Order: sequence, then C-alpha cells, then structure tokens
Amino acid sequence: MSNCNVKIKINGEVIEKEIESRWLLSDFLRDKLGLTGTHVGCEHGVCGACTILLNGEPVRSCLMLAVQADGLEVETVESLAEEDGTFHPIQQAFANNHALQCGFCTPGFLMSVKNFMETHPELPTDDEIREAISGNLCRCTGYSNIIKAVKDAYVLKC
Amino acid sequence: MKPPKFSYLRPNNLQEALDMLAEYGDDAKIMSGGQSLIPLLNMRLSTPGYIIDIGRVEELKGIKEEEDAIVIGGITRHVDVEKSALVQEKCPLLTEGIRWVGHNQIRTRGTIGGSIAHADPSAELPCILTALRGEIVMVSSEEEITVSPEEFFLSYLLTSLEPNQLIKEIRFPKIKKGSGYAFEEVARRHGDFALVEVAVVIELDDDGTIADAKIALGGANSVPFIPEAAEEFLIGKLPDDSILKEAATLQLDDLDPEGDIHGSKEYRRYLSGVLLERALNRAIDRAREGVFA
Amino acid sequence: MKQFVGQNVKRKEDYRLLTGSGKFVADMRIENMVEAAILRSPYAHARIRNIELSRAKNYEGVLDVIVAADLKGKVKPFTEFVEFTLPPQLEADIKPTIKKNPEPMLAEDKVTFVGQAVAIVLAEDRYVAEDALALIKIDYEPLPVVTDPYETIKEEAPVIHPELGNNIQSYFEVKVGDIDHAFRQANHILKTRIKTPRVSGNPLETRGVIAEYQERNQQLDVWSSTQVPFMVRSYLSKLVGLVEGNIRVVAPDVGGGFGPKCAVYPEEIIIPYLAMKYKRPVKWIEDRLEHMQSTRHSRDQVHDVEVAFRNDGTILGLKDQFLLDNGAHNSFALCCAYNSAAHLRGMYLIPNYDITGRIVLTNKTPNVPYRGAGRPEAVYVMDRIIYMIADKLNLDPVEVSLRNFVRPEQMPYETGIFYRDGANMILENGDYVKSLQQALKIAGYDEFRQKQEEARKQNKNIGIGLSSYIEGTGIGPFEGAAVKVDSTGHILVGVGSSPHGQSHETTLSQICADVFGVSPEQVSVRAGDTSLLPYGVGTFASRGAVTAGSAVHGASKQLKEKFLLITGEMLGVSIDDLEMYGGKVYLKNSPSKFVTLQEIAQAAKPGPRCKVPKGIEPGSSATYYFVPPTVTFSSGFHVAVVEVDKETGFVDILRYIVVHDCGRVINPKIVDGQIQGGVAQGIGGALYEEIIYDKNGQLVTGTYMDYLIPTAMEVPEVEMGHQEYLSPHNPMGIKGVGEGGAISPPAAIANAVCDAMRPLKIEINTLPISPNKLRSLIEEAERTESVLK
Repeated sequence: MSNCNVKIKINGEVIEKEIESRWLLSDFLRDKLGLTGTHVGCEHGVCGACTILLNGEPVRSCLMLAVQADGLEVETVESLAEEDGTFHPIQQAFANNHALQCGFCTPGFLMSVKNFMETHPELPTDDEIREAISGNLCRCTGYSNIIKAVKDAYVLKC
Repeated sequence: MKPPKFSYLRPNNLQEALDMLAEYGDDAKIMSGGQSLIPLLNMRLSTPGYIIDIGRVEELKGIKEEEDAIVIGGITRHVDVEKSALVQEKCPLLTEGIRWVGHNQIRTRGTIGGSIAHADPSAELPCILTALRGEIVMVSSEEEITVSPEEFFLSYLLTSLEPNQLIKEIRFPKIKKGSGYAFEEVARRHGDFALVEVAVVIELDDDGTIADAKIALGGANSVPFIPEAAEEFLIGKLPDDSILKEAATLQLDDLDPEGDIHGSKEYRRYLSGVLLERALNRAIDRAREGVFA
Repeated sequence: MKQFVGQNVKRKEDYRLLTGSGKFVADMRIENMVEAAILRSPYAHARIRNIELSRAKNYEGVLDVIVAADLKGKVKPFTEFVEFTLPPQLEADIKPTIKKNPEPMLAEDKVTFVGQAVAIVLAEDRYVAEDALALIKIDYEPLPVVTDPYETIKEEAPVIHPELGNNIQSYFEVKVGDIDHAFRQANHILKTRIKTPRVSGNPLETRGVIAEYQERNQQLDVWSSTQVPFMVRSYLSKLVGLVEGNIRVVAPDVGGGFGPKCAVYPEEIIIPYLAMKYKRPVKWIEDRLEHMQSTRHSRDQVHDVEVAFRNDGTILGLKDQFLLDNGAHNSFALCCAYNSAAHLRGMYLIPNYDITGRIVLTNKTPNVPYRGAGRPEAVYVMDRIIYMIADKLNLDPVEVSLRNFVRPEQMPYETGIFYRDGANMILENGDYVKSLQQALKIAGYDEFRQKQEEARKQNKNIGIGLSSYIEGTGIGPFEGAAVKVDSTGHILVGVGSSPHGQSHETTLSQICADVFGVSPEQVSVRAGDTSLLPYGVGTFASRGAVTAGSAVHGASKQLKEKFLLITGEMLGVSIDDLEMYGGKVYLKNSPSKFVTLQEIAQAAKPGPRCKVPKGIEPGSSATYYFVPPTVTFSSGFHVAVVEVDKETGFVDILRYIVVHDCGRVINPKIVDGQIQGGVAQGIGGALYEEIIYDKNGQLVTGTYMDYLIPTAMEVPEVEMGHQEYLSPHNPMGIKGVGEGGAISPPAAIANAVCDAMRPLKIEINTLPISPNKLRSLIEEAERTESVLK
C-alpha cells in the first residue's frame, strides 16, 4: 500500500497516524509530529545526527521507514530531560564539559550515549567511548570534550 | 533525498513472504533492516514498485546450533550475532569480524541476510562466510536451495538470488577445536567499507604443521576470493615467517580489485598480501596457544 | 567585584540545543508553506538546448516549476561581492587584474559545473517535489570540460566564460625587497611544487532557506542558515529590487558554518523571490548530495616555490607562483589568494619575497573561504620548505625555524606589505621563540629523538613534526552592538555578528556583564537578526570575539556612562561621586544610597519624569560600531607526533600539541573548544578529506562515504598551552581564535610523517596523506634508495 496506518509509542505516548509508506522515520518525527530535536544531516546513514532509540537501541532514523517502526517504541532527544526541565545526567555532562558548539549533531550523540551507558554500566575506557560515538559525526568540537562528557555522565549518574 | 513512491507489503510469515515474492518479485525489493536499501531509495538509485518488508517474519530470525554449523536466520541482526555467546564460542571468527561492520547504529538494524544479499565485495560477512566455506539457504515458493558462497556471489553487487527467492538462513561452519582464526581489515576511517579484509582459519596438527588452511580475501576482487594455491601451499608445512610471507604473496597476481579514490588496484592488491600475512600470523599464534584446546 | 571575562562561564546556548528545542531552519514550518527541490546540472559544461517542464508542472501536488527564463528581468545575477573588493590602497599597490564574473541565479543557456541549479520545483512537500524533479527533461549539449588548473590556463583550453577571454580570472603580484639579489647571494636554491587540494567545509547542518512575504505591509521575512544575514539582506534588496527596510533576515540556530555559509547563494535570493511571487511561504532545505555539489568548496592551490638560503639555514628570499583553482565562478575578488600571499612568510623574516597569484576557473563548484581561508595552504608551503631546508642542510628543523623568526625585539614588525584590509601589515606583538619552546617542552622534543631511535629498533616508525602560523584576525570593516536595559532592569544586547557554534550568547554576555558589574545571567544576547541593528557584518575570519566583543564592550561602556549621568540627575550629584557595581549605582562613600538599573531605566523614559540630562537623547540604550584600525595577529605552534605503519601506509596520530596566542581569553573552555575543533578539521585536510572530480567534471566524492570527515576514532585530544599577548588594536586586547586550529595540522602532520620515515627521504607535498599515497612514496624511496644523510 502506498499509505499505511502506524501505531508507534513515541517518548512514552502512543501515536496513531496514517502516513505515506515511503516516509522516513526522521521526517515523520520532525514534520508530522513536530519532534524537530532529531536532526537530519546526511540522509544516507553516515553522520548519525538522526540517531534515535528504537526499543532502546540506537538506530539511524533516516535509514528507516516510519512504517517499519509500527508497533515499536521510539525515544528521541525530547524524552531525555525530566518533566520539570531538569537535565538528564548525559545532558548535564555535555553542558558541563562544553561538549557541543553548534549543537546540530548533539541529539544524535546523546541518544547513542544513552544506549551505550545502559549497555556498559561500568566506567569505560576512552577507546571504548571513542568507538561507541564513532558512528556520530561532529564537525565543531573535535570530540575530546564529548569523551570527557561521557565520562562525567558516569560520575553524575551515580 | 527522499524515497520514491512504492507499495509497501509486510508479510507476517514466510509463506506470505514467498507468495508476495512470487507475485511481485520482478518489481519488488526485499527489505529486512534496510541499511543498504534505504540509502539507495533516498538517492533514488533504486525505484522498486513494491517493497516487501520481511522484518517481521519470525521464521527468519534466530541463531541456532547444528552439528557442524551455526545457522543464522536471514533477518537476524548484526548486533544479535555480535552479542551471541554461542557464536563467540563456536564461530569466534564471525564475532571478531562482525564488529567491523559499520557502526553500532547500523548493526542494530542491519541483518545478516541483507548483507549477504547485497554482496558488496568489501563487506565483512561475505568474506567471513567464504573463508568458513559456509552455505546460503535460499527459498522460494517452489523450493529450497542450498548454495556455496562461490555459487552465490557472482560479481560486484550481483548474486544468484532470483527475484522470487529470499535468503532463509546462512550456515556458518563451526571452527574446530585446535584451530586458530583471524580477521584483519583496513579501512580509511573506522567503520568505513574495507580497503581490503582477510579472514583466515588455520588448523594445526599436533606436531605444529598446518593441517588445514581456509582463507578468503574481501575487497580484492569483485567477489570474495579464495586463494586456493596459497591454502594448498600451507597445508603440511611447519609455519615460519618466510613460509607465511610466501603464502601471503603467492596469489597476489590473481587478484583483480577495483581501484577507486581510496586505493588503487595495485595498492589493494599489495595490501591484500600484507593483511593476509598478518592474519596468518595471528591465526597460527592462536592455534598454537590452543585457544580451543 | 567578580569579573566574568576569563572565566569558564557555562554556555547559555546549551539548554535548548541539548533538549532538542533549538530552532534550525529545517525545524521551522509555516502555515500554507510549499517546499522546494532543485534540479541540478549533471554536466560540468554543457549548453542547454531545451527544457521540458510540462510533466513536472502537471504532477499532483506541484505548485510550479521555475527556470532561468522565469527570473529574467526580475532577479539580477551576482556580479561580485563588494564586501570582498580591494581597498584602494591595496588596489593601488598591487594593481591586480580582476575580471568580473557574473553568476546567474539559475543556469540560463549553459551550465558550467555539476550541481549548478537549473530548475526549482515548488510542491506540497519535499517528497512530491523530488518526484517532479525526475519528470523534468533537459536536453543538454555537452561541451568540452576542463578541471585541471594547469590545463585551464593553456591557450587551447575551452573557455568557460567567453566574455572573460580566457580562464584566468584574476592575477596579482606582491613584492618585497630585491629577490634577484637574494637569489644571487644564496648558497642553495630549492625548488618544489606544493599542493593543497580542494576540500569542503561541510557543516553538519546543510544550507536552507525559508521565506514568507506579507502583502499587508510588504514585509519579507527570510530565515537562512547563514553566517552573514546582513549580507543576505543587502543582496536580496539589490538583486530583486526591494526596499531594504522591508526585509528581515534571520539566522536562527545555525549548525556550523566554517566559511561556506559566509556569502550569499542563489537560493537565498530565489526562494524569497518565489515566496513573494506565489504569496506562499517557501522552504528549501539542501540535502547532503546537493551540499557536496553546490555548497562552495575551498582551498585548491598549487604553489611553485623557489627558495634561496644560506648554509646556516637563513632564508634570503622566496619566489612563488601559485594557482588557485576557483571552479566555475569567483565573486570574492582576491580573498583567499591574497590571504595566502600575505601569510605565506608566516613568522619568518624572509626579507626578499616575490609572489604571484592567479585565480583560474575550471568546470567545478565555485570556491569560498573556509576555516583558515588561504592560510592553511600558505602554511603548508612554508613549513614543508623549512623541513626541506633542514633535510638539505642536515639541520634540525627547529634550528632552521629559529634562524628565521621575527624576534621579539623586532616587534611591532613591519612586513613591508599591505594587509587585505588596506593597512600596513604589522605583526604587533608576541614572542615566537618562547611559544615554540613551550610547545617543544610539552611535546618532549628533546627526549623524542631517543624514543624514536628505540622505536626504530622495534621496527616502529614514529615521527614528530612542527608547524607555526600567524593569522590576521578580526577583520573589519566594523561590527555593531546595541545594548539596552529594559524596564525590569534586564540587559539586552543585540549584535550584528551572527554565530553558528561560537557561543556569542555566552561570551558577549560576559563582556557586557563586567562593564555593568552584573552577572551574565542578567544579560541576554541576541544575534543573527537584521532587525537588531541598522548595520552588521557577520561571523567569519576569526572576527567574532574581536569585533563583536569590542562592539559590545563599547556599547556597554557608553550606556554605563549614560546611566551614571542619569543617576547624577536623579540624586542631584556629580557623576564623579558615583560608582556602578552589582547592577546598582552607588553614591561613593555612602553604600546605603543607591539606585538600581531598573530605576535608572525607568528614569530614562521620555516624558515628564525623565531624568536624562538636557542635551542627551532619552532612552536606556546605546549603539556602538567598533571599527578596527586593522587586523590583529594571532599565532601558534602545532606539534604532531605520529606513527606510520610502513607496510600499509596508515598514519596514526599519537599526540597533538598546540601552543597559541589569541590575546585576551574571554572564556577558556570555549577557546580550547575552538582550537580542538579546528585541529579536527585540519586533521581531516591532512589525512582524509579531498574533493575529487574526474576528467569529465563529475564529482567523485559526492557522499559521506567518499568524502571522509574524521570520526572520534581519528581525532586525538589536543594538548594545549597558552600565551596571552594582548592586542593593542582593541580595548580588551582580544585576538581571534576561530580558525587557528585548522591552519597548521596539514603541515605539522606531513612533517611528522616525513620525520617518522627517516632515514628514508619522503617528501609529502600534496594532501591528503592517504595510505595509498604514502605507501607509494615509501615504495618509491625504497626502490631508488633515497636516503637522508
């Protein structure tokens, strides 16, 4: 069908919508739901700016049709902070360590790091962090403050 | 960079999938994780009339152990293989090699069957499967056929998979106890497609001579390449530096890599020898350490 | 009283950017909006014989399809960006040839590079618009293509713009001293060709424009991902013939710029024009494939250098003839080319100097300044030469550098040429010897040779390489700031400089806060909006802190002065009896007597209760334009320590050290962030990034799979040292820092790689140092037994 109904749990809320089946998940989130925190940088799966969590795992939302997320759970950057606006420890660590400049790639990093920390509960080495974020391109920071921020997030989390 | 229009079909089980393939095969593309297909759609380099999303076909999912092989369902994701204790134990070459596939965010969606079916000559899985002498099980509404990698990979991005067939499962032979293995790759950046990659399994006899050698090179040809003469040369030899060097460079002239901006034909050919030597060394060290003893 | 300048004040920008509530152009949607997609030329050089639009126009959901003919008489082409034309003094001195080179908004009768915009589809959404692109049929007649700068200057080369006569668009020469004499005096003459290839700045956010026109008041609102909203406004007005005051251009959150967004593009003119024509908001967001083809590239220089030097390493003279391959158009006068000429000697004396630059056109995407803007190219030439001299004389390159430095006692040092802003180019202060020593100390240079020897024994090739740079930063002509205190006592700052990652909201609030003696929390900074000020320039050329910082400082001081006067009137005292701190004005010696900023702001309101002294305009605001006398020279040293895998040709950066001087540091973390980020881009240029065209002018590196931006695995943490020589050219002593990090890495890394391969003689005179290229050099050196003494 060229149109489909989807039911996706997005940031805790179940969304049901009819969409064109060719729509990318990234565009669906941004244009149809107004969740513009997920950014689109390359639309061919290299830059990682559009990284979201699908059932808790990081994926490129530009390399997924929205319809493929039907029945699944999506988390975007908008879900990170507390309801009262308090930062998630990862966000706080990024702010503490000047881990962002223009901020365009940042949401993708945050989502990759969230999953990384959940799957690596012990403080990782720098090399492990570097590998974990190597699927996210940043053109501003030169990465080293992001690595510091990830380590700091482990401290803040405790 | 938005996908063109298509009709989206999502079979719930294998039979439905095969029926859809039988009906729309010529104008359809199978999608599992979509990590190779969606970039092509976004660039409008592929404009299928139908997309058959087999991502929910449970029969195609899973990792199971058979007597000689680890059998992995076509739509099993890279990340599930990467984390599988069974694979790590019985076929550690696959665990070592799969970490080189793209990045984590790709491996969480990309599937084993998808990578094999895409048949990029620089991709890791075709090379590993070829080195292991594994098998690909293809299925259509009419029949199920098991083929070798040599029968399956025909050329750059071209396989023997017919429009009405899909990959049901892939059989990765277990690595025998007393064998050593190694996967070596170089890419311009971490996570990029390989310039060249090598997968090796070496079995040593009790006296330290090489009982069996299985090798495949990726990125060195339009399909994964088995250097048969080098394998034969190694068998029965007591390995030392000069023997390994000789084996590594024995068949470089037989390689016909595609040159591009990241590496010329000559460089890739030369690099194949360097990596093969490194892989052989590492595999033999591992075999000697008796990792599986 | 607490000072905030110099402190690591946390960024005000971060909250929105970390929570996904920032607003980039692509994040905006306007009711009734249509989206645009652009058909771009698949040919590098071709005549357009016919365009067939009917199928596309009739496609469901398409509003219209626009081609050049639709713009005829309505929208003028770009001719040149007057902002980049030469000041008269410089023009008179170097007497350049610069041919005007109009760039059409949409290709008319022919296309001159792959990616040139040919047609625009407006449709209900981008998916539909892209569907319609596929339905446009254009009949092209391919023309001969030229992509090589040396081919394009040959007599027989196809002429890209026949009205220019040939493909040499600009020519200039800069001379100091007596070059022939220098060459006659020399013990040695070294001749070489050194090339910096074409790269792309590639901000993670592509370009994008949204425009909305309100007929009610003829107001045209434009949101663009640009570094220069005022320039966009000015060209919109000029080229479409609009009242400038009716145009508002906003650069909302901008996802990186680095130079490529520092000029006006055809889309920034056409999209607003179409919003007016169709009376519907229009949105165009460039995709990455378009970005690679149509957002302007940079660098692409080849230098043929000859250098004359003595046995002790003293350089007597340097001759250089270089080409800058600018692609199909150049609207930037001599910008990057002259920067290269002015900076090539760097911190070295080189008393005799003769450089000629030619900007040539080819069938490639036009060029634009990109982080460093002509300096990385120049530094790569100069510091490779230092190493080649050292090799020739069997000296340590540090010794050769020291032999040629401008010494601290020679400061301020007159270089004998004009800078691009028309002022005498004078290195104002700094101690290069001391900076170098600091860098060498951090790097452990003296101990390194020992380590290198030991590593060699284990068959490991490690090497160390240096590079130095100076950079004219904070170029004028001016920057503006408006500071006001509102009726709640909050301070609002508006600036003309438009940020894209530089942290203006934080650093400029620190500057303002210190003047008023308040916390930066009490100051809000707004930027990137032409409605904030009558005039503004933008953020590029390492100028934000220098020019906008000085403007905010000046405007804040003026307003503080005015507030003291008002307070004097309020309290009936002389301003000499008053002092301002903590957001209050106190009567000296009587700290219980004070008025707040809020009270003063209320007393500044016109009307019967106004306390503004007679002869002064009422109001609680001040606007100040800072006009720098000339640029201010930042400088630095980079040291790279690398390991080369001799067998594969792969280079691993083990350590990277930067010691730099950017004058007064406003926020150390932000300065360090600029350096680290600049180095990452420099590493990209050194080892990974290259824009490649084939012979037919097809872009080979058109995706992120081919154009290799470094990841976290490729960029080490930079170890930094600071020098702080305050510039005399602005009140706070600031020098620019944005570009410095990106200038030296290619030279430092190339030098380190050559050093690692010693005693093999490897000369890396082109970039990037790909494993394939390096392996070929190693093989060649081994084959010819080319070994250094």
